[in-house]
Amino acid sequence: MGSHDRGSPVDATRAHAIEVIDLRKTYAGGVVALDGVSFTVAPGEVFALLGPNGAGKSSTVRILATLSAPSAGAAFVDGLDVAARPREVRWRIGYVAQASGVDPTATGRENLTLQGQLYRMPAAALRERIQELLALFELTAAADRAAITWSGGMKRRLDVAMGLVHRPAVLFLDEPTTGLDPESRAVMWDEVRALARQGLTLLLTTHYLEEADQLAQRLAILDGGRVVAEGTPDALKARLRGDRVSVELVDRGRVAAAREVLAGLGEVAAVVADGATLHAQVAHGASALPSLLAALDRAGLAVAQVALHRPSLDDVYLDATGQVYDAEGGGGGAGPASGGGVTRPASGGARAVAGGGGGAGPASGGDVRPPNRREA
Amino acid sequence: MEYAADLWHLFVRLVRASVRMPVFVVISIVQPILWVLLFGQLFRAVAALPGFGAASYVQFLAPGIAIMTALFGAAYSGMGMLADVERGVLDRLLATPVARSALLAARILHAATQVSLQSAIILLVSAAIGARPHGGIPGVALVLLAAALLGAAFGAFSNAVALLTRRQELVIATMNFIVLPATFLSTMMMSGNLVPPWIRTAALFNPVNWAVVAARGGFEGRWHLLPRNLGLLAAFAVAAAWLATASFARYRRAA
Repeated sequence: MGSHDRGSPVDATRAHAIEVIDLRKTYAGGVVALDGVSFTVAPGEVFALLGPNGAGKSSTVRILATLSAPSAGAAFVDGLDVAARPREVRWRIGYVAQASGVDPTATGRENLTLQGQLYRMPAAALRERIQELLALFELTAAADRAAITWSGGMKRRLDVAMGLVHRPAVLFLDEPTTGLDPESRAVMWDEVRALARQGLTLLLTTHYLEEADQLAQRLAILDGGRVVAEGTPDALKARLRGDRVSVELVDRGRVAAAREVLAGLGEVAAVVADGATLHAQVAHGASALPSLLAALDRAGLAVAQVALHRPSLDDVYLDATGQVYDAEGGGGGAGPASGGGVTRPASGGARAVAGGGGGAGPASGGDVRPPNRREA
Repeated sequence: MEYAADLWHLFVRLVRASVRMPVFVVISIVQPILWVLLFGQLFRAVAALPGFGAASYVQFLAPGIAIMTALFGAAYSGMGMLADVERGVLDRLLATPVARSALLAARILHAATQVSLQSAIILLVSAAIGARPHGGIPGVALVLLAAALLGAAFGAFSNAVALLTRRQELVIATMNFIVLPATFLSTMMMSGNLVPPWIRTAALFNPVNWAVVAARGGFEGRWHLLPRNLGLLAAFAVAAAWLATASFARYRRAA
């Protein structure tokens, strides 16, 4: 029970902070959460697992955090096999779960203290570390109040601080901004960027395309327990080469006809229908737009709205899975299609501040940026 | 040593959570006092029955209520574990290097400590209304030990049920199903001389009765009652702890 086993030989190459090889997880009852997931994360890298709910993000992180055993495949953290040497892995990682792990009856300081004590930090060093983290996350003023009285954003920051008390080599952030208001999300983004500058290896999961685009150096898109695309956000977008024209019809019942019209045009590489909206992949949006509209007009199809998009991760997802991205899971068709013509995770960020639809997610179109807050 | 430190930190967290609920503290002190006063009055005439074999009913009742308090106080310990599961606290603790068994042991220790304190209050109140601990300080210590062992056993069992079912409703239902029959199939409130023979027989196999007989033996200074009953009780507590440990391992495997 007593030994720390902190300096033992490793099972895999140290070149990777995280290495996941053909990971599979089937839960009791036969639900397949992971169906052969592989990726690697370099030391000091910020890596995002992006995907709708149920894609397998949390299952992957729970296995990496030693909370769940893989059904097949292997996962290594800092070169250590998580299934074979969980105790050693736990010394090296910080884990911030999707559900908050804050004990609401304890104060912020007490939550942090217990965490440090369980990592057997000496009392004086722990006190100092806690002061530092409270200051870093702007929680000093509330530190000695029970966490039950804190706001959601404060609790989430405390969650992250708790994952950092023992200075882990690798930090797992499972949906760090889900449920946060736009302002708290912007604060969290700044914190994540600040951590990244300190050289921490960060694996974060998100179902917000914008968040992955903003924070991650590299990302893997998960869908149905598989990696459907992997790379830097820019590389993934560049691979698409082209723009997307989204056309919302007045008459939803004529989507099939309109789809045929668009698919018949030379400029259009692909068309996907989503409710009353059609997304057409074209090489040059601005030049293709007139002929698209003219063709629809000739066919007697009235257009309610048109939007032109530079490639975004939405399109990467669309390209990889053939479905419009829908953060709530379930793929295309049934999403809460909005006036903009693209199914998005609920709008937020600058848009919500400007009096838009409220909701909880950063907008996924490439045109919206979060409000610029202080630089940490 | 490090295990002891882990256990201590986790135990402190649970104690702190308990004492931060003033209502909980007041109820857990007032309730046993009420039981002593209420049952002491209600059944006062019982001690006068021929063959009851006690100087007064309060004298007879005091160690019994001390054990009853331990039983009721520990039976719902698993609810706290489920609250930790729901709040994500358990996952967070499991992601640290802390010994898995310490997470469970802290809860069992917490249950045992809490019920020992409650039992001590019972004995004080009973003494104030006329009960006399003929076993002296060692006898009182043995009453508290019996309460602690029963509290540990039922605390562990409650956690096992919680980890197996993961439903608060099922913890409540299961423990209710067990606690009252276990109370009445014992000599907690009624002298063994006066209960029907089948209850006397059933009581021989009832861990709650082992605790009651051991506590009464300590309180009255009838030491010969102690080794067998405390031994059985300790064995029961070990078995319950084993069941809780196995349930915890099963819970983690299913994750």
